[in-house]
Amino acid sequence: MALIKNHELTPDTYTRIAGDAELPDQGGVLVDLQRWQDDWQSLGRRGSPVGVWLTSDQHPEIIADDLDQIDLVALEFPSFRDGRAYSYARLLRDRYGFSGELRAVGDVLPDQLLYMHRVGFDAFELAGQDPLSDYQTALEEFDVFYQPAADARATALRLRHARG
Amino acid sequence: MYRYDEFDHQLVAERVAQFRHQVKRRLDGQLTEDQFKPLRLMNGLYLQLHAYMLRVNVPYGVLSAHQLRKLAHIARRYDRDYGHFTTRQNIQYNWISLEDTADILAELAEVEMNAMQSSGNCVRNITADPLAGRARDEIEDPRPWCELIRQYSILNPEFSYLPRKFKIAVTGAPKDRAAVAVHDIGLRMHHDAHGKPGFEVIVGGGQGRTPVIGKTIRDWIEPEEILAYIEAILRVYNLYGRRDNLYKARIKILVNALGLDAFRELVETEYEAMRGQALAVPAAEQERIAAYFQPPAWESGSDLDAELDTLRAADQDFARWFDSNVSAHKAPGYAIVTLSLKATGQEPGDLSADRMDAVADLADRYSLGELRVTHRQNLVFTDVKQSQLQALHRELQALQLATPNIGLLTDMIACPGLDYCALANARSIPVAQDISRHFAAADKLLEIGELSINISGCMNACGHHHVANIGILGVNKKGKEFFQITLGGAADESAALGDRLGPGLPQNELPGAIETLVDKYLELRTSESESFLETYRRVGMTPFKTAVYGDDAARRVA
Amino acid sequence: MTMLSPMTQALTANRLSDGRVVFLTSTGDWSADLGAARIAEDAIGQAELNAIGEQAEADCVIVGPYLIEVREAAGTLQAVEIRESIRALGPTVQAGQF
Repeated sequence: MALIKNHELTPDTYTRIAGDAELPDQGGVLVDLQRWQDDWQSLGRRGSPVGVWLTSDQHPEIIADDLDQIDLVALEFPSFRDGRAYSYARLLRDRYGFSGELRAVGDVLPDQLLYMHRVGFDAFELAGQDPLSDYQTALEEFDVFYQPAADARATALRLRHARG
Repeated sequence: MYRYDEFDHQLVAERVAQFRHQVKRRLDGQLTEDQFKPLRLMNGLYLQLHAYMLRVNVPYGVLSAHQLRKLAHIARRYDRDYGHFTTRQNIQYNWISLEDTADILAELAEVEMNAMQSSGNCVRNITADPLAGRARDEIEDPRPWCELIRQYSILNPEFSYLPRKFKIAVTGAPKDRAAVAVHDIGLRMHHDAHGKPGFEVIVGGGQGRTPVIGKTIRDWIEPEEILAYIEAILRVYNLYGRRDNLYKARIKILVNALGLDAFRELVETEYEAMRGQALAVPAAEQERIAAYFQPPAWESGSDLDAELDTLRAADQDFARWFDSNVSAHKAPGYAIVTLSLKATGQEPGDLSADRMDAVADLADRYSLGELRVTHRQNLVFTDVKQSQLQALHRELQALQLATPNIGLLTDMIACPGLDYCALANARSIPVAQDISRHFAAADKLLEIGELSINISGCMNACGHHHVANIGILGVNKKGKEFFQITLGGAADESAALGDRLGPGLPQNELPGAIETLVDKYLELRTSESESFLETYRRVGMTPFKTAVYGDDAARRVA
Repeated sequence: MTMLSPMTQALTANRLSDGRVVFLTSTGDWSADLGAARIAEDAIGQAELNAIGEQAEADCVIVGPYLIEVREAAGTLQAVEIRESIRALGPTVQAGQF
């Protein structure tokens, strides 16, 4: 499994913590929602980045008020067919103003990467032999976008009217 | 009609290239069938009983003669010389090879057509009143809004993996010819006191195994806010729609589970956070799109009532056809003509490649090159001069496209059924053919008057049997096909779901049963102007049930 | 007409490349002709057919293999279920006439 972040293969600096397992002495940790709710104060005192992993039935509204203390939100796709996290991502970016790392985890396939990027994900856990190449191919497949989303891509509507 | 600009062309070309790559990866084994299936479905490609089936969008039913010629070409080159027009204003090809699909999509792109999202758990082809922009009773032309919604929905990054498919229909006329009440979202255009248009939003309608008539979630939304409101509904559905059970995943189930008021509150909260922002449609964009739908250069003239009366008196065939297949046009001196794809014995909605070409030529000569596909599986010429009606009638007769039965008993909807469909339990087409042959006499059809018969080969209800005056549902019992009849459904502005008549009948008893029902109606109606549906609504099920099954069965239901 | 046991089954699928209905033959090919199908008459034979089908699916030859019940009639094999009969023989309606 490779991590692509901001368009590059990147070492994962977060340690995934299962349930209430012991935390490492230092370095970023990625905890589940329950752990965050139980231990948010001590997690904050560690002075290292904190990530929260949400399953697809955990609405990020639950952590909306905590986002200034969270560096990474990982949204899980239990199956690539479960599209809830696309809306969660939009809400995190557009509604709750989250500007940290938004990571797609779980059943993340190349054919969904562009959609994920458009709704606000900037990091992806990808399997495969050459994930960076898959990623680059997927993100370059389209240059025209009909609808506004959480990305900076100009919509066809804007380009049509900008040319006057 | 709308024409692609360089952005639309590029997007479709990129989509074709993407799918070509996906097909290659599938054939090479880089994608499993499980991974590939949603990708091909979102490009309109099913795997049916005999082969792949490709469903091509006819956006809101608008088609040019030029495009129809391409559809004929595709039928010849890649299929078996025919296509099937569906209840959602699409055309399907039944004998497609996976290896040809990208080439077909590239050919479609040449005439500004595509198959994007004609299937899959995403927003499907936007459908509309097939007489949009032409019907005399129209309040507002829905086509520009359909095009805006189409663009909004295509490759929408947030809503391409919804719990289930999502269908939107739009009408701008009081007479509902788009069945908006049985769509996930139905939009009905109204005018306010100042003549400004807006939308009534209906949500949670649908057919399938749990048929529901949609409910009005909002009486009025400003047109420039319609995309934001649709996004609010889609987001609530995407977040809260069920994903654990395929048969309970449509938005109608969510609306019913939450109750309309609670559902509305979620939508309104979402909408309030978005209104007036990125999805508000700027006036310049409204104008740009609307410009494509300006009326053609109709010649000024007046209605030829007297001349047409003379023709009708002299030519009985013409009179029958005029009375059932011609409807009132906005422009004086013009008429709207429906081409019946329901000739005696015809598979409803099927058309051969040769006839597609012939229809395209007639559309050029008689209808300014434009036609429409209706949800009742017929074609429409939008702009026929009244002075040319008789000439057109003769040409259509020669092509067997002038059967005078629009809105009458043999104008049946039928899904492809077990002859083609992998989901079906029973055949639909032979049933339609039997009934069509049984009621071939035009006089009898006219005497019976307005009556819809819709046939589905399984409970997924693609044949719209729930909303037919007489619905027929095919089921499989111990390996044999049986057909259950429902009465009293309607798909128009008085939308209603049919009630079950009784136990299923074998195919060979259906035409007789339909005749019994019709004769009972003729006996019970108070006047010739009382339709089958009106009579049913007045007298209820019992007399019809007695007529078909006898007294005992009727007593049991009473 | 010879009645075979209800356990008499053939393996069918759709070919991946063009979607056409095919049946596994006794020579290990996939044929559009049900008459050429390899027959299994017991659970062991059926397990063998299923294993071949799974492998062919993994090899990207066919999609969705499954067993169907067949019987011998008029010197050839016929599908028992209506659905499978239509798959083997094509639609029961003559399309493209209009």
